[in-house]
Amino acid sequence: MSAPLLSIQKLEAAYGQIVALKGVDLDIMPGEIVTVIGGNGAGKSTTMMSVFGRPRASAGKIIFDGQDITHKPAHEIARMGLAQSPEGRRIFPRMSVLENLQMGASVDGMAHFQADLERMFDIFPRLKERIDQRGGTLSGGEQQMLAIARALMSRPRLLMLDEPSLGLAPLVVKQIFDVIADLNRNDGLSVFLVEQNAFHALKLAHRGYVMVNGQITLSGTGRDLLANPQVRAAYLEGAH
Amino acid sequence: MENFLQQLINGVTLGAIYGLIAIGYTMVFGIIGMVNFAHGDVFMLSAFIALIIYLAMTQILGVTALGLVFLIVLVCAMALTALWNWAIERVAYRPLRGSFRLAPLISAIGMSIFLANFVQVVQGPRNKPVPPIFTDVIHVTSGGAFDVTLSYKQILIVGVTGVLLLAFWYLVQKTALGRAQRACEQDRTMAALLGVDVDRTISLTFIIGAALAAVAGTLYMMYYGVVNFSDGFTPGVKAFTAAVLGGIGSLPGAVIGGLLIGLIETFWSAYFSSDYKDVAAFSILVITLIFMPSGLLGRPEVEKV
Ligand SMILES: Nc1ncnc2c1ncn2[C@@H]1O[C@H](COP(=O)(O)OP(=O)(O)O)[C@@H](O)[C@H]1O
Ligand SMILES: [Mg+2]
Repeated sequence: MSAPLLSIQKLEAAYGQIVALKGVDLDIMPGEIVTVIGGNGAGKSTTMMSVFGRPRASAGKIIFDGQDITHKPAHEIARMGLAQSPEGRRIFPRMSVLENLQMGASVDGMAHFQADLERMFDIFPRLKERIDQRGGTLSGGEQQMLAIARALMSRPRLLMLDEPSLGLAPLVVKQIFDVIADLNRNDGLSVFLVEQNAFHALKLAHRGYVMVNGQITLSGTGRDLLANPQVRAAYLEGAH
Repeated sequence: MENFLQQLINGVTLGAIYGLIAIGYTMVFGIIGMVNFAHGDVFMLSAFIALIIYLAMTQILGVTALGLVFLIVLVCAMALTALWNWAIERVAYRPLRGSFRLAPLISAIGMSIFLANFVQVVQGPRNKPVPPIFTDVIHVTSGGAFDVTLSYKQILIVGVTGVLLLAFWYLVQKTALGRAQRACEQDRTMAALLGVDVDRTISLTFIIGAALAAVAGTLYMMYYGVVNFSDGFTPGVKAFTAAVLGGIGSLPGAVIGGLLIGLIETFWSAYFSSDYKDVAAFSILVITLIFMPSGLLGRPEVEKV
């Protein structure tokens, strides 16, 4: 078996006195879609952000493509080929849609900008209509699309998505999940997906982890977790 | 009428200088949320640098082509002042990033005092006269109560300021560097996640701010024909007032604020009392802060993390 693309080992992280991660172990293989599901405040977003050192790990290790990135500055990590659509989307509010996408492509030196831009317009035609509009004036769904497109513009080796379905209409959610599946199938893109929408996420992912209170409590293939009674009781009851 | 026209010309000239300095305040505030108290002194320092290069070229090297001299003085003053400000940021502000909020502010006040004292020690406390340059004047009107004049220096000041503001605008709005700069201003963490070296971008902000202050310093030195180590304070506070009036964080605001402060100061001196011209500027600062804290073009609240 090949080495993991991203390997998080015994990761601990805190916000001041608040300990958010208490020893998280998680691997993502090249070409894999891996999801972390869990309730609000479980530590999913923290796990994702701590890969970029925000917050920094207080213990444990983060290895990307064989290199220890635990103590690297965030911009150098981004330049290694990790891109994130973070919690809250963090669109640059006073930049146009085009400029937000240019920011995404800048890691890559804008080399493939035109081609990639066309591709994003194919995937999210809505962004094309809004190209000159300021990011801050977009609707929530449009911002979500823009955040994902911005992350993709860098041609990442690992795409990290923090709750891409949040606040979106079911149809748009389905569309976004289809896009992720396509990119994974056709381009071999590795995806790290954090979701509260456990049903969709587990259906899409090859493997999943369940996070509770800063720790991984369960892991397995997406299918196994979907069938797991504990998971069903905690995260799938009432949903779909 | 003649008086009005003359004051308009003088006010725009002065306003151009304030606007150039104000950009440095507003950019630094925009990106790290700090009022850079030392910025006025960086401006003063640049005037001395410009004067030294000017004297060296005309009196030691004997260069007589004044256009060339001006260009070289301007470029060298911009480069050297930028280097200074880069070093100041590295030494006095960067190590304090992530410390408590007031720490860099206190450090900036210290740096302001250091720069003024440093120049006082190495250049002496007395006014330094500047040999006249570009002394020609154009008589815009004649035959009235007095002639309205437009000096070559004034044309140069407004012209150079206009050209550099255009170049600056292009840099900020149209280049990748400028985009990274604006991204850091809006969300530093996200910018870093997209591969922007935030520390480097902050350095760049100090470099640009200093280069524009040096343009102001060079023009100021030529225009007034005298420089003093204490010249950082008053123009500094006025330029800061301009930045606040225009809306701190807003680049067009800084330029418009600079022009307004220049015009207000000039007209106030002409029609009321030149003794109180500084009071007028400072009153505007206080009034703006109380009644319109976000300024003319500023955002309603400046969110900083
Ligand atoms: N910026 C922050 N400052 C302090 N505590 C935080 C911050 N962000 C998250 N936390 C805390 O860390 C824990 C994990 O949060 P988070 O990673 O956002 O969870 P999730 O994404 O699973 O909802 C929670 O207890 C939350 O309150
Ligand atoms: Mg979250």
